[in-house]
Amino acid sequence: MLELKGLSYQVEENGGQTDILRGIDLTIPDNKFVVITGPNGGGKTTLAKAIMGLVKTTGGQILWNGTNVTGLSITDRAKLGISYGFQQPPRFKGLKVRDLLELASGNKKLTRDECCSYLNRVGLCAADYVDREMDTSLSGGEVKRIEIATILARPGGLLIFDEPEAGIDLWSFAKLTETFRILHGRGENTIIVISHQERIIDLADEIVMISGGKVVRQGPKGEIMPHILADTGGMCSFLQPNSDSCRQGKEE
Amino acid sequence: MNKVDTRLLREIADLEGTPKGAYNIRKNGKLDSRGNTANIEIVTKEDKPGIDIHIKPGTKHQSVHIPVIITETGLDELVYNDFFVGPDCDVVIVAGCGIHNDGDKSSQHDGVHTFHIGENSKVQYVEKHYGEGEGTGERIMNPQTIIYLEKGASIQLDTTQLRGVDSTKRYTKVVVKEGAEAIVNEKLLTHGKQKAESEMDVILAGEGASGRVISRSVAQDESEQIFYPRMIGDAAGFGHVQCDSILMGKAKIQSIPALTANHPDAQLIHEAAIGRIAGDQILKLMTLGLTEEEAEEEILNGFLG
Repeated sequence: MLELKGLSYQVEENGGQTDILRGIDLTIPDNKFVVITGPNGGGKTTLAKAIMGLVKTTGGQILWNGTNVTGLSITDRAKLGISYGFQQPPRFKGLKVRDLLELASGNKKLTRDECCSYLNRVGLCAADYVDREMDTSLSGGEVKRIEIATILARPGGLLIFDEPEAGIDLWSFAKLTETFRILHGRGENTIIVISHQERIIDLADEIVMISGGKVVRQGPKGEIMPHILADTGGMCSFLQPNSDSCRQGKEE
Repeated sequence: MNKVDTRLLREIADLEGTPKGAYNIRKNGKLDSRGNTANIEIVTKEDKPGIDIHIKPGTKHQSVHIPVIITETGLDELVYNDFFVGPDCDVVIVAGCGIHNDGDKSSQHDGVHTFHIGENSKVQYVEKHYGEGEGTGERIMNPQTIIYLEKGASIQLDTTQLRGVDSTKRYTKVVVKEGAEAIVNEKLLTHGKQKAESEMDVILAGEGASGRVISRSVAQDESEQIFYPRMIGDAAGFGHVQCDSILMGKAKIQSIPALTANHPDAQLIHEAAIGRIAGDQILKLMTLGLTEEEAEEEILNGFLG
């Protein structure tokens, strides 16, 4: 179970303090599939990074399976089973796709078949990719899908995906949603996906809407979806956060 | 051969015992052992230190190992090795030098390797430099590699120096004739107060010649590296130089490339990057359970492949 208690994150900006996360309280029971959604700039990625330890929070607590991980390093959190798929994954000159999958799985000798199964699950034709370098010869969409494959290769636990659909073509997206559905069906992992995509939101047990660094709505899909649709149907949709009509309504 | 010799040979030439195929092992300035084959003959030079290696036309899938090891402190040698590879060959040549210096005097190996590679021959040349030992004496290696590729010939030069060599000044020159191809993979890691300089001329001398230089280096601590990769297009050929360096500690790196097109259809490209390991690379590997140090090591190992 993941428990966030009064989680906050402040940064110094222009001589003053800016609140990015404002006391987030959230409990996610084991093996649930939770989608975090909400307007851009609302704090979703910061929250996900805070759970992984990539952002050092300034207040509150993070408990994973009863252990207070707030003060733990990224490495220690990873060893406790927390994983995070980057929204914009880095490239590596020299490291191969296979190397990353092996590091992710903790198995230095993954068979070709095992590597292929992870890659197939994100819609990549595995034979073409296993021995490719993770460098600029790969497109953004390919890097993104490999990033997701590394999270699938991780030992079970808490899997956090940050906008997995970004940069991915429609065909691969269909494959990806199917993979999430199967993953959830196995009931071995707690899954948090940051997403704006209805087809991913549709897979969720629970939806959490975050805006202005706070949880503004939380509940089962059936309860929250009407609100999301109402919001997106109005003039100020969080799906169009940069429109003029939105700037007026922006919380920060 | 004692344990130190065996270790040096393993480091520089992946050798465990006597190599297969032709070989010439040089130890402390003298011939240690040699083996010829029906197609490959190694002959000691008469006029200066070194050997001539003759590879008969049409020799396929054979190898030559010519490692040099030095375990005496204060030894300083200059050796000339000339390779004559006949046409239509396909061979692997493994050279390299390992110095174990436990003393307080410098040990130095300067090797001048000249390759004459016949028409349509394919050569892979692997050269590793390695140094070790507890002494205060420096370990110095200054290799020169001069390669002449005849029409349609190709060479892949894999040159590696990872740790242990205090000072190196290397010069590589490849003359690429019509339809020939040269690939130079350079890998270098310096640490402590080591200094490394690598100068390179790849000359595209015939139509359809192709040259590719891929240089990857890591400079740690207070070490210093200087690169002069130069691609010269004297004919309608294609040349590509790609230099990537990772800086660590207080190390310094200079990269001074030059592209010279002396022919209107020469197509030359240069790419270079010097910088520290990107923070998000380390963070990504930490999210997979590696410590910061382990992440750094993985990135360097991958980079230097």
